[in-house]
Amino acid sequence: MIADLLNNLSGQVAIGLGQAAGAIALCFAVVALCRRFAVHVEREAVISIGRGLVQMVAVGFVLALLLHGDLLIGALILLVMTIAAAVTASRRLKGIAAPVLLSFWAIFAGSAVVIAAMLATGTLKGDIAILVPVGSMIIANAMNACAQAAERFKADVTAYVGQIEAALALGAEPDATVAPYVQSAVYASLLPRLDMLKSLGLVWIPGVMAGMMVSGASPVYAGIYQFIIVAMILAASGITGMVAILLMRRRAFSSAAQLVLRREERAKR
Amino acid sequence: MTTAKAIATASLDLVPATNVRRYPTPEAVARRANASRLPATVMLETKNLSRTVDGRVLVDDVSVQMQPCEIVAVVGPSGAGKSSFLRLINRLDEPTSGTVLLNGKDYRAIPPREVRRRVGMVMQTAYLFPGTVATNIAFGPRQRGEMITEDTIAALLERVGLPGYQDHDVITLSGGEAQRVSVARTLANAPEALLLDEPTSALDEAAARGIEELVLDIIEERRMTCLLVTHNKAQAARIAVRTMVIAAGRLRAIGPSKEVLGDC
Repeated sequence: MIADLLNNLSGQVAIGLGQAAGAIALCFAVVALCRRFAVHVEREAVISIGRGLVQMVAVGFVLALLLHGDLLIGALILLVMTIAAAVTASRRLKGIAAPVLLSFWAIFAGSAVVIAAMLATGTLKGDIAILVPVGSMIIANAMNACAQAAERFKADVTAYVGQIEAALALGAEPDATVAPYVQSAVYASLLPRLDMLKSLGLVWIPGVMAGMMVSGASPVYAGIYQFIIVAMILAASGITGMVAILLMRRRAFSSAAQLVLRREERAKR
Repeated sequence: MTTAKAIATASLDLVPATNVRRYPTPEAVARRANASRLPATVMLETKNLSRTVDGRVLVDDVSVQMQPCEIVAVVGPSGAGKSSFLRLINRLDEPTSGTVLLNGKDYRAIPPREVRRRVGMVMQTAYLFPGTVATNIAFGPRQRGEMITEDTIAALLERVGLPGYQDHDVITLSGGEAQRVSVARTLANAPEALLLDEPTSALDEAAARGIEELVLDIIEERRMTCLLVTHNKAQAARIAVRTMVIAAGRLRAIGPSKEVLGDC
């Protein structure tokens, strides 16, 4: 089966690898230019480019093999992607208890609600070749929203420990003491997606629309469908950001309403 | 005691002895309180209070009893555990062992928010919330769903020497004014005990004296217990009936301020 697949794909793969080599060469040229300005990203660039290429080729193979799989297989692939996204986002959550679990539930909540809604309304088909790429876009954006919200919340709380503890010392509810930071964290996680929606069609034409047009779909329908995808990304990011911050808020305080999310034990004693 | 006095003397800032006392002595406050014929009671007590973080001992087995109208100064070198001790009493941090009794009741049996209302804390930095002075003063009662009247706010501001400051934006206040608002904000919760964590360390001498005078008057007036963390040995002698010396988290000495601090 794999041999047949390779035979069918070999021509396209060869062209694709040639094009990838050109893209890599351009990236290395930029890295060399950076080096002239004493910006040393050589090692990171080699690792990132290598990983990106290998991962995308591997995903291509998996999708080619599972192209005719059912909804369950598609859901399992998306679940694995969600776990990987949770592990990545959790790296921004140092100092928080069970960060992978927190990220997972946040990303899962945002992605699952939106993908389920799209499937239910027929906006997204259960066909694995469509479900997985579109689902992965939603999960990837949810992952970024989770990391951005968490990072902003943590930064704000640790920067305003004095204000928060002053409010606690006056008998305030823990949730009330961090309310402004919850709002700013959720907003911070939504802002890039709002900008994305604003610039849609003006600054960039995303891949889904381009792919649909290449496949012969009406440009107008392709544009509308692309808008739906980006709007769903915004919705998923919003849900993810809110769930992440609500879970973080709970972990920021002890059961005795003491602030436990801080940079370190106060130096001045 | 000798060691403790040596530690305290070596580490505390001295204020010129030429300063003139303009307000009642702590002994006079205590005498007037006793004259009210109320029975001597223990309002606040720490029992073997300890806190260790990552193997580092911050507070080590501190036991002390405090009565109404009493101001107890907490002195010691930087990093000795003075602020940590105060934070444990307000329950901003959790003791590793030991506890605090409020009027004889273990504070772990009281909801933390209620503990914090009853044991008010004024921090080294005022940390006023954005807005007006009035909204800051109303903050504590509002957390319990209580409305504080404009008259009460006006009276509190009058009490801390800031009459008519209700509508002032907090960003326009000086350091001394902000600290007075912080005291008024804490008093708005009608606490039974007051914890002051170096409230005058960032203030000039005149502003610091004003806060000292205010504290002495309020403690007497409201029959509160007060714990004052200070680096200033002369300040401790001026306003505290008793002084406790903490070093390396441990209580090294406690007794009448004159005895513990000597001449300063």
